[in-house]
Order: sequence, then C-alpha cells, then structure tokens
Amino acid sequence: MNTVVTAHGLGKQYRSRWALRDCTLEIPTGRVTGLVGPNGAGKTTLLRLIVGMLDPTVGTIEVCGGKPAADAAQLAKVGFVAQDTPTYAGLTVADHLRLGAHLNPRWDDATARSRTERLGLDPRQKAGRLSGGQRAQLALTLGLAKRPELLILDEPVASLDPLARREFLRVLMEAVAEHEISVLLSSHVVSDLERVCDHVVVLVDSQVRVAGDVDDLLATHHRISGPLREPSTLPADQHVVSASHTDRQSTYVVRTPAPILDPAWSVSALGLEDLVLSYMEGAAFAPTHPDLEVLR
Amino acid sequence: MIEFSLDSGSGVSPYLQVVHQVRRALRLGLLTEGDQLPTVKDVVARLAINPNTVLKAYRELERDGLVAARPGVGTFVTRTLADSSLAAHGPLRRDLVRWLAKARLAGLDEESIEALFLATFRHVNEETA
Repeated sequence: MNTVVTAHGLGKQYRSRWALRDCTLEIPTGRVTGLVGPNGAGKTTLLRLIVGMLDPTVGTIEVCGGKPAADAAQLAKVGFVAQDTPTYAGLTVADHLRLGAHLNPRWDDATARSRTERLGLDPRQKAGRLSGGQRAQLALTLGLAKRPELLILDEPVASLDPLARREFLRVLMEAVAEHEISVLLSSHVVSDLERVCDHVVVLVDSQVRVAGDVDDLLATHHRISGPLREPSTLPADQHVVSASHTDRQSTYVVRTPAPILDPAWSVSALGLEDLVLSYMEGAAFAPTHPDLEVLR
Repeated sequence: MIEFSLDSGSGVSPYLQVVHQVRRALRLGLLTEGDQLPTVKDVVARLAINPNTVLKAYRELERDGLVAARPGVGTFVTRTLADSSLAAHGPLRRDLVRWLAKARLAGLDEESIEALFLATFRHVNEETA
C-alpha cells in the first residue's frame, strides 16, 4: 500500500495532558480518508501534526515522503483548510486568488478562476459578505488551486446547512475525480462522511481506536443480539467492540472475518455511523484504557 | 440511462449498493445490452459520492462480464440478466398477488406477511444450499 501519511508512536503533550497518544497510523495514497471522533478526541492535533503546524512530543511522522513543513517543497505538497474554512473578511474574492497565486509555487490560476465562476462568486465581493456556504467554497477553491498532493480539511462542513454541506462535498468529490489527490478530512458527524470516504480513522480519547477501508469495516462488523450471554463465551475470532445487556438479552457489536453461524443470534448489518458510535461507546469499558477522561 | 440512489445507514457499503442497483436493473430488463451506465463524473456530481466508489462498482460489474468500459466513451452493458426468466415474471407476480390476498384474508398484517416471506425464503435457501 502506498501511503501519504505514516506515523509511528506519535504523541503530543500539552503540559500534563496528552492530546494525542501512541498514534501509529498509515493513510493510503489517492483515497479520501475520514478522521472521525467526538469533540476533544485529538483530531485537530493530529491534523496539525501532519501539516507541520505542531511538532510531536514523541514519535515520528512522514507526510508525502518528507518531514512536515520541513521546507518550501514540502509545504507545497500539503494543503490545509483549517476549522470553519477561514477566509479574510476584508479581502475580496479576487484578492484571495491573487494572494493564493503569490504564496503557492504550484498555483493553478485557471482552475481557481473557473471554479469561482462556476460557483457564481463575484470577484469584487468581500469574503466577509459571503454566505457561510460560499465562504467554505472559497476556502476549498484556494485549497484545490494550490494543487497539493494531500489536501487536509478540518471539520469543513460542521457549520454548514445540509444543502451547502452536500454542495461542498460534491465539489470536493468532483475535484478528486478530476485530479489525483489524496484527501484527509475530519468530522464529528459521521453521516457526512459515509458516502465520500473510502477509508476511515476513528479517534477516541486521543487514541486511534480503529482504522481501515470502509468496505472492509462494513463487511466485518455485525450487530448480534440474543439471550443473555457472557462475552467470554463468544468464539475467539469474534472481537467485541461494544456490548449492552438487559436482564434477559445481550447485544454485541463484533468484528469478525468469518460469518456468524450460531443460530441463537439474530445478526444485522451496521451502517458506518453505528459502527463508529459503537467504537466510541466501547471506549468507555475497554480494559486497555484506564483513563479518567472517560468519566467526562 | 438509470439513476443511482444511496441508502445510508443500511450497513451495505455504497459500492455494493451501486452494484446491486445495476444488477437489479439488468434483471428487470430496465437495462439491456448496449445501454450506457452513467459516467463516473455524472454519478459523483449527482450523489456527491467518492469517485473511487463508483469505479470499484463498475470494475466489479466488469469482472462479472456484465459491462465493458470503452476508454474515453463510457461503460456499456454487454449482457443482460433478464433473458429467459423475464417472461415468467408476469405469471409469478399474479401468483404472488393471489397469495398476498389469501394472507390478508387469513388476517396477516404487513409485518407478519414480510416476516413470513423472509423466514420461508431463508429456510428454503438454506435447504437448497
């Protein structure tokens, strides 16, 4: 597998608190990877480490074959659209494009202009007067016209209404179809990512809980429910992700490469959202993770 | 030309949903030999989905010998799944309608009909498997 990001034992500590711990991760090239997790899980920290806006406390990280933000060539390879898709309120749309052209060696002016035209953005309009959706589209245009190998977006659609959200993701996906580009985007709303991502990384309590291709994850996770049963009685190849019990019924989310044959269970498929949520719930009683943060 | 739709949260991965929809259209005769599938770009623009998902679905259909990609032109249906069985659909549907009427007469509601059908379907499948 070609990887665009490789991290080994990566960690970032702020004073006494670890924002990211023991992160070992490979993100494949040419794919759209979703970084999901609750607020405060460490998503932004991980993204900033990849961009090179932060230095790791421990561990190593390689991005597009180099050290993050090591030199001008490395900076040109990675595009970053920060949280809430920021723009300069006092500058016009045209100013933004001019700024982009000055600051980026690989700037694609033709793409930038045709994109703003297609989006119906008036070049003389100040960014502060644009709607939220238009501002997000402008920030995306800048990120794409930079022509990076890896485009990173931090919660790009969190503040957009459903229509603007869909429109933003559509433009992003069209760009993926057009140019060979790897995309890494974070979100705490999994439903946004289900149709756009083919790879996901789930971050909970500053640790990577699961990572993999969406198709593989969907094919190997199942929700099983049946009469009350101890997890220790499940077959060895069924890894329990989350569990809940009533006085007579047990429901598990399990990960297993093999089909579930026990007729006592009723088996159902799991959508990506439910799958991610079960990892978040599962974190609360994962034995490997005696952390006070789970008490929040 | 057919249009795809996605059911999120179904637990079926988006690429498989596209594959299933093409196969269903082939089986029902909505798509026949020579018909063109929507281009990857069209599907991406309509559904805002990952182009890799559409490509993966089309590759799988190609592997099954159902479609062929003509570079620069598009993806075309090369084989239909309907052929001989399509003629039988009419009479089978009439039998099913009659059976449904009988089930309702016996007091079964929608849920029980669905459950009975699925349970029987699975049972027969297991026996013949």
